[in-house]
Amino acid sequence: MTDKRVKLPPRVPMPEQPAETRVDNFLEVPQGYTAAQARQEAQRCLQCRKPKCMDGCPVQVDIPAFLKLVAAGQFAQAARQIKASNCLPAVCGRVCPQESQCEGQCVLGKRGTPVAIGALERFAADYERENDLVELPEPAPPTGKRVAVIGAGPAGLTVAGDLIRLGHDVTVFEAFHQAGGVLVYGIPEFRLPKDIVQAEVDYLRRLGVKLELNQVVGKSVTIDELLDEEGFDAAFVGVGAGLPQAMNIPGENLGGVYFANEYLTRVNLMKAYDFPNHDTPVARGLRVCVVGGGNVAMDAARTARRLGAQAVCVLYRRSRDELPARAEEVHHAEQEGIEFRFLCAPLEFAGDGTGMVRQVRCQEMELGAPDQSGRRRPVPKPGSETLLDANLVIVAIGSGANPVLTRQTAGLNLNRRGYIVADKAGATSRKGVWAGGDIVTGSATVILAMGAGKTAAKAIHHYLLHGETEPKTDESKAVA
Amino acid sequence: MSQILRKTLLGPKIYELVVATPRIAKKARPGQFLVVMADDSGERIPLTIADFDLQEGSVTMVLAVVGTSSLKLSRMAEGDSLHAVIGPLGTASELDYPGTVVMIAGGVGAAPIYPIARAFYRAGNRVVTIQGSRSRELLFWTDRLAAVSDQHLITTDDGSAGRRGLVTEPLVELLRGDADKSISCVYAIGPAVMMKSCAAATQPFGVKTIVSLNTIMVDGTGMCGGCRVDVGGQTRFTCVDGPEFDGHLVNWQLLTARQKTYVQHESCSLNRYLQLAVVQ
Repeated sequence: MTDKRVKLPPRVPMPEQPAETRVDNFLEVPQGYTAAQARQEAQRCLQCRKPKCMDGCPVQVDIPAFLKLVAAGQFAQAARQIKASNCLPAVCGRVCPQESQCEGQCVLGKRGTPVAIGALERFAADYERENDLVELPEPAPPTGKRVAVIGAGPAGLTVAGDLIRLGHDVTVFEAFHQAGGVLVYGIPEFRLPKDIVQAEVDYLRRLGVKLELNQVVGKSVTIDELLDEEGFDAAFVGVGAGLPQAMNIPGENLGGVYFANEYLTRVNLMKAYDFPNHDTPVARGLRVCVVGGGNVAMDAARTARRLGAQAVCVLYRRSRDELPARAEEVHHAEQEGIEFRFLCAPLEFAGDGTGMVRQVRCQEMELGAPDQSGRRRPVPKPGSETLLDANLVIVAIGSGANPVLTRQTAGLNLNRRGYIVADKAGATSRKGVWAGGDIVTGSATVILAMGAGKTAAKAIHHYLLHGETEPKTDESKAVA
Repeated sequence: MSQILRKTLLGPKIYELVVATPRIAKKARPGQFLVVMADDSGERIPLTIADFDLQEGSVTMVLAVVGTSSLKLSRMAEGDSLHAVIGPLGTASELDYPGTVVMIAGGVGAAPIYPIARAFYRAGNRVVTIQGSRSRELLFWTDRLAAVSDQHLITTDDGSAGRRGLVTEPLVELLRGDADKSISCVYAIGPAVMMKSCAAATQPFGVKTIVSLNTIMVDGTGMCGGCRVDVGGQTRFTCVDGPEFDGHLVNWQLLTARQKTYVQHESCSLNRYLQLAVVQ
């Protein structure tokens, strides 16, 4: 590493759409580096001999190698270098929490700002795609083995991409009418343009991955049928955490109260922001309350702002320090005029007499002793109730495990909360069935789901070639 | 995929579509529903399965034209393909009721009630069907329903067919005349207001009354929660816990309030679609 005390140049700032314009559109907020900016930023990389950044990457992208190529102006080669370990670079460059992963480990961060690895990953991938330089790798000789991937989200797409390149015949089953999972229904256009997801999915198609859309596995067909009747040799389950968590307080079923899943799906997947050019509507509140402090809450709040809300207030029951959302998202939200009320928990949603929400009755909280998660538990402050006006409420307090598939699959062990029990390699209690992503871990990030997909793909490959799972090591403990 | 095999006009603005969906046909059971998208800018709307044919690999849906989505579907031709047909969703009807079952169909509710009535009839139940509509021309599938019923009664609001009045009138008479308590169950499928009055009518008699709720939905798999209803003080999702619920326990006021969420959007969308159609 470095012990040279030279003054390092500062990070090249990412050009952004100004807050006052972007609150009126759904275009991307960060606009991406120019080629010159990218080269300049990539040149800041010290090319450490033991690169710590790679330790921070769940899919072990060879970061110094791709940064070197960017610095040399070999952008398409840089993209290909990333794609050797990450099949969705344009997505990860945008939505990964780099500050706690690769960039969080970068040695430059100790004395200044780390290399903008995410922004450069995005640049390389965008450059390759926009200049039509995407190349298909040589197809591997067919193995004759068939794999069913359930769920076309980050985990499933990763498994599909890895296994098709190893010569297996891969079919992805997706419940929605579009592939992408949370990338298309959850993350808003202004953070991740859907064209990019589409391009990544098209790339997999060109590699030979078959997509069966509109198939709700568990309903239209079961895993047992896929394995026993339709001739699949293995299955990977990456169906995500698709069950909204309710607050269970009075008034939650009033009109105008949404779970974030519904609100975002309407706006993102169904393109309600473009109503009536698209047929799906969404309520447009003037005064909006969003409950929760994660990335989904930020997405919901910023979406409501773009859909014409005059006032958007995020209610979070802990303090700013405990906000689970990425700092960048919180910062962007604040720039866009989103108001935060910390240590504030809703007690009731009050209606207007016609069944529509009108007010939120809240209680002030204070932080008590740490709970199981290590965060200080919020406790109600007596006699501190307030009323907030709201004609649209979005509840974004997390998701649980959706039982539609798991309930219908014989021999698949679930934990107490309904998530699939899988070992480190993703193997489940059912022979030939692997699982990964949010349906195993509970709500996490895109890149962690991709990491789980990579590991599972390796294990599935081994199983398909040898007919058995790899011998278990000591570290392959069940993920609870 | 999802090609329209046959399209039939059943009455003014009422269409029957038979769609090729082999996987769904294999799995469909009475009481389940589909989520349907006409085209790629369309809405995802739930439609209860009206029939299914394993051999042909098809499902049948019946729709009344009320808004943009149903209008788009009604304008599709035989040979066209729907953008998406997803299913079978929801839980199937519970069919283990003994003795007599009363099937009440209001308007296009005749379609979803048909496979349920047929299943009861085949299982050996005595099936009494009450089919109601506003007037004669809106009645359809009367022969099909009669063929799976031991008794088939018709009511119309204007008296143009069958008995003049509401479906609840013959229903109450049946229940009053049921001295030996042979009626084990009443099924009511139709507009919310009709299902609500049926449930209110059967309540004093203590007869189990099942309704099939048609709430607003997006995914239809329990992911979004848009279809939630209050049943007996519990929040339930129509798409996975239903669509059939105990009519005596449904909070009808909340249901109708939630159904009205997009009334203004719906007319806006329809006006725009009609204007575009004129321009074309």
